[in-house]
Amino acid sequence: MRNTLTILCMLVASALLYAQDCNNILIGEVIDYHDNTPLSNAIIQIQGNKKQYFSDALGKFTLKNLCNGTINLEVSHPECSTRFITIKITGNTYKKIILEHHLEELDEVKVTSSTINKTNSAQENVIKTEKLERFGSNSLGDALTQINGVSTLSTGATIVKPVIQGLGGSRILILNNGIRMQDMEWGDEHAPNIDLNSAENVTVVKGAAALQYGGDAIGGIILLDQNRIPKTDSIYGKTLLNGVVNGRGGNIATALTKTYKNGYYIKGQASYKKLGDAESPNYILSNTGISQIGAAIDFGKLTFEEGWNTYYSYFNTTLGILRASHIGNVDDLITAINSSEPTIVNDFTYRINNPHQEVSHHLGKLKYYKRFQALGKLNVQYDVQQNHRYEYDIRVGDDKDKASLDLKLTTQTLSADFKMDSFDNKKVFFGILSRYQENYANPGTGVRRLIPDYDKIDFGVFTSTEYQFSDNGTIDAGLRYDYSKIDAKKYYRTSRWEERGYDVDFSDIVIEDLGTQLLTNPELEYHNFSASVGLHYIFKTADQFRFNYALSQRTPNPAELFSDGLHHSAARVELGDLRIKSETSHRFSTSLSKEDSTWGYEISPYINFISDFILLEPTGIEFSIRGAFPVWEYRQIDAHLLGIDASIYALWSSNWRTDHQFSLTKGNEAKNNMPLINMPSTRFQNGITFTKKEWSHFTFELQSEYVFKQNEYVPNIYVYSPQQDQEVELKINTPPNAYHLLKLDSEIKLPLKNRNQLTLGLGVNNLLNVKYRDYLNRLRIFSDDLGRNFTLRLKLNY
Amino acid sequence: METSKLNSAATIVKKISIVTFTNILFIACSSDDDKPMPVNEEEIITTVKVSLTPDTGGDTITMESKDLDGDGPNTPIVTVSSNLQANTTYNGSIVLLNETESPAEDITVEVKEEDEDHQFFYTTTGAISEVAYTDQDADGNPVGLTFTLTTATASQASFGITLRHEPKKPNDGTLADAGGETDVEQTFSLTVE
Repeated sequence: MRNTLTILCMLVASALLYAQDCNNILIGEVIDYHDNTPLSNAIIQIQGNKKQYFSDALGKFTLKNLCNGTINLEVSHPECSTRFITIKITGNTYKKIILEHHLEELDEVKVTSSTINKTNSAQENVIKTEKLERFGSNSLGDALTQINGVSTLSTGATIVKPVIQGLGGSRILILNNGIRMQDMEWGDEHAPNIDLNSAENVTVVKGAAALQYGGDAIGGIILLDQNRIPKTDSIYGKTLLNGVVNGRGGNIATALTKTYKNGYYIKGQASYKKLGDAESPNYILSNTGISQIGAAIDFGKLTFEEGWNTYYSYFNTTLGILRASHIGNVDDLITAINSSEPTIVNDFTYRINNPHQEVSHHLGKLKYYKRFQALGKLNVQYDVQQNHRYEYDIRVGDDKDKASLDLKLTTQTLSADFKMDSFDNKKVFFGILSRYQENYANPGTGVRRLIPDYDKIDFGVFTSTEYQFSDNGTIDAGLRYDYSKIDAKKYYRTSRWEERGYDVDFSDIVIEDLGTQLLTNPELEYHNFSASVGLHYIFKTADQFRFNYALSQRTPNPAELFSDGLHHSAARVELGDLRIKSETSHRFSTSLSKEDSTWGYEISPYINFISDFILLEPTGIEFSIRGAFPVWEYRQIDAHLLGIDASIYALWSSNWRTDHQFSLTKGNEAKNNMPLINMPSTRFQNGITFTKKEWSHFTFELQSEYVFKQNEYVPNIYVYSPQQDQEVELKINTPPNAYHLLKLDSEIKLPLKNRNQLTLGLGVNNLLNVKYRDYLNRLRIFSDDLGRNFTLRLKLNY
Repeated sequence: METSKLNSAATIVKKISIVTFTNILFIACSSDDDKPMPVNEEEIITTVKVSLTPDTGGDTITMESKDLDGDGPNTPIVTVSSNLQANTTYNGSIVLLNETESPAEDITVEVKEEDEDHQFFYTTTGAISEVAYTDQDADGNPVGLTFTLTTATASQASFGITLRHEPKKPNDGTLADAGGETDVEQTFSLTVE
């Protein structure tokens, strides 16, 4: 399964050179029917002969020692239907064969199979089904750390947000089955509302090169896709069962697909997860349980000419938040930082008390496509989603069981695009999108709204093109425009309104004065432009070179604009700013890579110049009756991020494989070279894998992960501690020490009756039960990270 | 061939324009002019009032810290009605109010109702010789809504009160041992004469 090259599927013709003495050579080349892209890793087999040959990155292959006469070749590729070709061999011959690649057209989302690249020139990585299944009991963020350059910003072990090359949150787009997730990604403690079990492949596109999905992906794009639906009469499915020791729970996930020869299919999927309190090496992390339900149904008809499908998914999760992390004021925070253990440790329980979150997400989609002969393919899609988030704090009296935050975000999107792919060496893609979003903040919480009621309208148009200028080189270019308008109704405390200076700059938006509060109507408009150009070149040696420049602009999110108030869960006052403008990023990236059957590598450096970069930093302190609270303010600076992701692998024999990954990111403020807050630490991962097919597909993998100490961080702030009656350093930015974790994974596959298969797996995380804290875990100031964990996996394919 | 290509191109252009117009319609239809309801914070404590009455009789001294904008930017306004007398024992009581509501809500009631989950702690410096609890919860542990305060010889003093929610009870009387979350933390500067 290493055929990760080329875009469309297509088999290349082959040429044979032949001589009298059965010493002739056949050289073949596999290219795409639509755009002549070389197709790598096609399997070529001479009929009646067991030996298999593979096409290289240029789509070429060589067969030696052939006699004069005719040979029958069977040429197959995962993306194509198999074809049989008869070739007459008289001496040295060259021949080109063109095949139809109709399977690609069955893609109900443009991005079904992981073996197809999403972009021409961007840095891209994929996690496929088999690997993904190992993370069945974890979150999307956990699984993505398998990709070099991806780290996480987490709040404990269950709230995990992916970070691509140092950028996360609203700078990453998540496309779930072709639908851009709108799940309040603006909060640091808002994890993506994704059931990992509902995805079969995950692709990460680093940077904003894939303009068709959005122009604001300054960090990158995460695409969750399904495997291809075969056009045959078939029924198949799988059930996965994970038992997890740390947390004393597990999950179950099951999927069933029925397909028909005429293109109809129906697919259902469901999962349930339950974990109690997690444990660090020395103590229980009280109130860190999780329970989660996910379900999805997909049906439609997919044929070569046209197709449609409808998709619905539901996701619901209840997440406990470490009890000790809910604190009263700055002195409590100082106490927590100075204490080596959490201030509250209770006995293990499955019960999730306050503080906790309850989030649900509904997602529905209707999609239609039609192919026009000798022209291209039209896609039209409508999707609707609703995200409902409750956050519960520790409260007293009658409000004990009342949520402190209750937000409902509803989003509808209508989009259409057209891909012209009938030219010989050129592809043109264009499309439009419109989106309407409504946020409702329930005042029934009795707590002032952190995010106000608002309506948001988006409109976008894009076009992109790819041109193949030679057999092994393709250039691409794209342009996109997005318009956004936010129409909010927000109450400001009069004192805050004046402290922010809004009484001077925004006096005209006040619609009602309630004495201590003002009702205002901010109407904010943004015009964003994005563009991308790139080159992909394959050398004769099969090394591949990619270069990409992407310009992207991002509209500030509601938290950056409107945040105003005390976050009890973080014991901090967060302040947004209405004056915040769009962020603009200029990102240059290159990559050099090779994927051979015995070894491969990838070196991907990048530099990202971001003007008006929006960040949230501790800036000072405010006092109330509760005491003092650190104030975190959003501000805009010019920043640059640079880094490198490098990896190499080698297959020493058919049994042994080694893997090495190194990832480094540096982020600085341009003006004074001050480090940016929350930049991921440098990571170095090494792995060794033993596989033995004869022993029921036995695999055994040992992974080592070394995370360096983040030496570049924002200075701490000094605050007055009433308890200590003096100014003290609030060490909220001080990074924890470096750490090294070992991880084991082992698996066997057992064939059952009727071509069913049982897979058994055992994984151990943090094998040595190391006590550690991670810089990008927001709870690192309160507790150690997870201790050793055993996971037992059971998978049944039927 | 060329004409058919053009024809299908025209069909596509038509389809896309239909989608465009639907989009515009879809955007145009969406507006609501509802005014959201204002939220008046229910649990916020804006005011801490400490009354000290000399046990020998005399005028009650009132210390007050008031922050009407809650977690807004304004700092609490602290007032002390008069100086304390040296070598005197005062009977103290604490009242917590939410004055963003009218009439003001008495939060002390909630503390009393949940007194097993609350405790006041006093930190002193200077001319205060002792502060002692005079109330108890159902388990016999101190709450601290009432107390006695004894002054020493004339000098400066500071009197800090901290209300902890869900502290360890019983505890050794220190904040460090009690743990829990801080609901109130105010310090008053006093003159003992």
